[in-house]
Amino acid sequence: MSLLQISGVNKHFGAVQVLNGVDLTVEAGTVVGLVGDNGAGKSTLMKTITGIYAVDGGDVQFSGESLIGVAPGARRQRGIEMIYQDLALCKQQDVAANIFLGREPVKWAFGFLPGFVDKARMDEDALKMIARLGARIPSIHRPVGMFSGGQQQTVAIARALTFNPKLVIMDEPTAALAVREVESVLKLIRQMRDEGIAVILISHRLNDVFEVTDRIVVLRQGRIEADLQTRKTQMREVVSYIVGAH
Amino acid sequence: MSSTDMIAPTSGWRQLQFFFDSKLHVRLESIIVLVVLGVAMSVLSPYFLSVSNFLNILLATSTIGVLAIGTTLILCSGGLDLSIGSILGLAGVVGAYFCVELEWPWFMAIVGALGAGAFAGFVNGQFITRLRIPAFIVTLGMLGIARGIGLIIAPNGGAIYGLPGPVIYLGQGRPLGIPSPVIILAIAAVLSHYLLAYSRFGWHTLAIGDNESAARATGISVESLRRKLYTISGMMAGLAGLIFMARVNAGDPTAGYTYELTAITAAIIGGTSLFGGKGSILGAVIGALIMGVLQNGLNLLAVQSYYQQIAIGAVLILAVYIDQLQTGKEKKA
Repeated sequence: MSLLQISGVNKHFGAVQVLNGVDLTVEAGTVVGLVGDNGAGKSTLMKTITGIYAVDGGDVQFSGESLIGVAPGARRQRGIEMIYQDLALCKQQDVAANIFLGREPVKWAFGFLPGFVDKARMDEDALKMIARLGARIPSIHRPVGMFSGGQQQTVAIARALTFNPKLVIMDEPTAALAVREVESVLKLIRQMRDEGIAVILISHRLNDVFEVTDRIVVLRQGRIEADLQTRKTQMREVVSYIVGAH
Repeated sequence: MSSTDMIAPTSGWRQLQFFFDSKLHVRLESIIVLVVLGVAMSVLSPYFLSVSNFLNILLATSTIGVLAIGTTLILCSGGLDLSIGSILGLAGVVGAYFCVELEWPWFMAIVGALGAGAFAGFVNGQFITRLRIPAFIVTLGMLGIARGIGLIIAPNGGAIYGLPGPVIYLGQGRPLGIPSPVIILAIAAVLSHYLLAYSRFGWHTLAIGDNESAARATGISVESLRRKLYTISGMMAGLAGLIFMARVNAGDPTAGYTYELTAITAAIIGGTSLFGGKGSILGAVIGALIMGVLQNGLNLLAVQSYYQQIAIGAVLILAVYIDQLQTGKEKKA
């Protein structure tokens, strides 16, 4: 049984058919690169996995259970995390608030007042997570909007990894990063795979895709154009599928 | 870098700011402004510094303070509620209508005022989230609708007089020497402060005001949260209407005219962002108090009320300017 099984997924916005009978499976502990031209439907496909968009047809199964009708929050609880291209951070909130967004632990204040957000525990866990990622952040109490692009990326990644995900979708995680930061993200992806986490990597940077993936899936005009073993293909072949010249 | 460096900022002033911001959830600057104003007024007027005058200021601030609490929650969520002044008027009329015209028991005045407020806010929330009409438009519409309904209910558009004693006590009573409205404001402020600063509800409110799509992606049900917030804002306006009605012993359909702008002013002076994601309930109360102290002090100094309006306008602009300077500095640091 595959961890993620997408079968025959359709999605349209008004008259525009964005996804057209897409089939895709992802196994645990593998890294799948999802490539394609702008407007090929990559982000839309990913958002049907996270539940931001409802599918118009077809099925999305995770660990053998259908996700149709399951809300985004519930899908996160089942182990699906996505790191968005724009990072989806609340820029005026601090590190812990962002990492635990939507999943804040609560405690009883003074032993009898219910529902208090457990900030101390969140800060402690946030620090641990940042340290585990080997990142440096000036202060976890600063609003994350004051951080550099790489530091913000770290917070977004920490949010995805804190709750032991089974599948992590990364949308252009390296696009806005400096060279050294790209290396650490790629290293992190390998580390996740070694821990048995499945990763879907959306990227325009084919060098990065070839460096870390096991498979490369090409999406073109809302259809799966090719599903290739990274070891057995070359950049030229992938590019020809992307532009539809194969 | 040790882990303690990652937790606390270094300089003394910054540390103090940090303590107020993250532990007390109120901005140090707004407290300083309030204290400086208080000291200045004490020096300028021999009548300012007394317990009874302080209670006067608190009493005069209570209505706007309660409104500013609801406004702060709404602004934090990136929303806007222009209808609260009109809802205040409507709530007073409904409360008075229940216990005077219909001769229902006195507590129905409370039920009527809070219920009318909450219902108007609930309707705001429905239109904003289900029909996706901008909050500015919906609450501007409700500003007219609530005022109109209040004027229709009140006989000949005039005030309803003759409230029962227990209701008047809510506005004019002094349990333990403290005016009841001040006690009501204190309770509302403490509960709402907990809600915004310490509960998941409040954290999510800040999150949707900060980055709505990010909040939605993490599984926060944005629309349902917004509906609750507008209902709370309406209910706070209802509570303010109850206080107002009880203080003047009348359900006055013209009460609360332009109070929404005063409430927004108080919230922003208290450090709440007009654009969402940042705010403080205690700050809003302090903002309302800053305006109250200004008005009271200038009254004691026999300054014409026209000048008071100028002073409050200037304080508002100055407060936002100082905030921008701060934010700019932090970004550079």
